[in-house]
Amino acid sequence: MDIVVPMQQTVDLVEELELNDDGTDVEREYLKFVANEWDEQALEEALLLKEATGGTVTVVGIDETDVDGTLFSALAKGADRAVKLGGDFESGVSSHRRAAILAAWLGGESYDLVLVGVQSPEDLDGQTGVILANLLDVAHVSVAIGVQPHEGGVKVSQEFGGGVVQELALSGRAVVGIQAARQAPRYVSISRVRAAMQSGALEEADAADVDASTGTTVRRLYAPESTSHAEMLAGDADDVAARILEIVRERGLVKTGG
Amino acid sequence: MGNDIFVLVEHTQGAVDAGTHELLGKARELAAQSGGRAVACLLHSGARAAADGLAADAVLAVEHPALEHFLPEAYVKAMAALLAEHEPRATLIANTTVGMDVAGGLSARAGVPLVAYCTAIDLDGDELVATSQVFGGKLNAEVAVDGAAICSVVAGSFAPAEGGSPDVQDVAATGLDDLTTSFIARIVPEVSDVDITAEEILVSVGRGIAGEDNIELAQELADALGGVVSASRPVTDGGWLPKARQVGKSGQKVKPKLYIAVGISGAPEHLEGMAEAELIIAINTDENAPIFDVAHYGTTEDLFDVLPALTEQIEAAVSA
Ligand SMILES: Cc1cc2nc3c(=O)[nH]c(=O)nc-3n(C[C@H](O)[C@H](O)[C@H](O)COP(=O)(O)OP(=O)(O)OC[C@H]3O[C@@H](n4cnc5c(N)ncnc54)[C@H](O)[C@@H]3O)c2cc1C
Ligand SMILES: Nc1ncnc2c1ncn2[C@@H]1O[C@H](COP(=O)(O)O)[C@@H](O)[C@H]1O
Repeated sequence: MDIVVPMQQTVDLVEELELNDDGTDVEREYLKFVANEWDEQALEEALLLKEATGGTVTVVGIDETDVDGTLFSALAKGADRAVKLGGDFESGVSSHRRAAILAAWLGGESYDLVLVGVQSPEDLDGQTGVILANLLDVAHVSVAIGVQPHEGGVKVSQEFGGGVVQELALSGRAVVGIQAARQAPRYVSISRVRAAMQSGALEEADAADVDASTGTTVRRLYAPESTSHAEMLAGDADDVAARILEIVRERGLVKTGG
Repeated sequence: MGNDIFVLVEHTQGAVDAGTHELLGKARELAAQSGGRAVACLLHSGARAAADGLAADAVLAVEHPALEHFLPEAYVKAMAALLAEHEPRATLIANTTVGMDVAGGLSARAGVPLVAYCTAIDLDGDELVATSQVFGGKLNAEVAVDGAAICSVVAGSFAPAEGGSPDVQDVAATGLDDLTTSFIARIVPEVSDVDITAEEILVSVGRGIAGEDNIELAQELADALGGVVSASRPVTDGGWLPKARQVGKSGQKVKPKLYIAVGISGAPEHLEGMAEAELIIAINTDENAPIFDVAHYGTTEDLFDVLPALTEQIEAAVSA
């Protein structure tokens, strides 16, 4: 089975998210970018599937900040090919545009299955995978927690609230949005990533010039103005613990004498 | 573009999901503004009765064998046909598993803009303005669409509306005969030893706990308080705790008397499961973590300092 895994770079949510001057996007020039964690899950599931059925895994990214590291790391983990699509992506990429670029590139590739992260932290105009599937006019399954070989195609476990799972069979080409791989993404050592870098195995191509407007305008981006922010407890860990004890005790949640 | 507000009905085994009623609540409000109708879209096979009592002016009921279970492909195609035919002003879809499978695809097929993760929606002349929750809940976006729009909506954003006697119209299904998706099985998880929805005190751990071995620190606190340990998704995905302990969108919805969130950022999918807890105390080193927006009390002290200190003080108080 030949599997394609699109990988997206996204801002590291642990960082303070500074905004650009007109307050309509994050300040992409200075923020730290990491691989979208759900795409890492998709890669893991793709590698597991390849191990079970044979075939290939190709990772594809568009030229976003630090994407090379993500693609080399995927090669080091066992991907067979890594492709970087060049273009001007400095001011961010909508899901509609990303999906259109991927659809155009996939048009020239042979593949059976696309596994992609179920969402990214910044897919304001929808998740890339489901848009991609419908541009390609193939089936899609979202929130997948397992993809296994099944009667020549695959069986996808799709998760609903409360841990209910539905199993679906896909008999043709499809795009699957991965929520979690069947096992935690594998670790790869820095030395193996370096070796992948030295192999020079990163293929480069131009991203298609697509017409894919979202039809949406971001007027402003802002930190939620919470009406009820937590009261922050002062002092060191012992002071904080003492206050918490007081709070829970006042509510009768600790049955004590003292 | 017409004036109607469409809502995708989610239903399992004949019962309409709570989220649908929330969407209908909003749809009625928007329809009053637009001068159109609130229209529920019911895709089904032998479940027409689910239309009864929906708080909608009309129900478009599409029946087809492929709609017996949720097949994403069938849902997207059926909805795309309804949108093409009726050109609603806005289409509201819950940001559930179903919604995540339908909204984006519908946008691509129907060529209608989508605003995802909405928590507020308003109409302003020909414009629709929505608030979208992005970047793990750390930022909101105010997004405008000129003309028709699809909105996928975060659970709990709108007050539900129930009760009504909508005009039910049966609509012929088209394009659902050659699907490459088929249903195999529906698996409901076995009941577990611990039911976190029934507990009064939860000490809930997130990725900040940094490893399976550290769960013990939370367990000790839970023991001292007479509660149990629950978790965010990465912790159960990592196999550090059983799936039955997961709180949130794809886990359990809990409403304990006390919820201590330890190293949990407070992503929207987590908040969906616990925001209603009576008392929420959050321990997180990131002062901008969204968990502090729903917590009653919080601290940015390191969890590895706070947990042992708190356990010790509670143990001392209990034995006093
Ligand atoms: C369809 C779907 C369904 C989902 N369902 C769920 C669900 O049911 N439940 C759920 O929880 N998530 C769910 N998620 C995932 C959700 O989007 C988040 O990824 C997840 O909630 C993040 O978990 P976390 O807060 O533990 O981790 P992170 O977001 O990584 O947060 C870890 C936090 O720990 C803090 N921290 C780190 N070290 C320390 C320390 N030493 N002391 C104090 N604080 C520290 C950090 O500041 C950070 O805020 C779902 C996602 C999708 C797409
Ligand atoms: N000591 C820490 N301080 C702050 N954040 C942390 C810490 N440990 C883990 N995290 C958060 O957890 C995420 C994943 O951690 P890990 O799975 O250990 O790579 C990091 O990207 C951070 O968001």
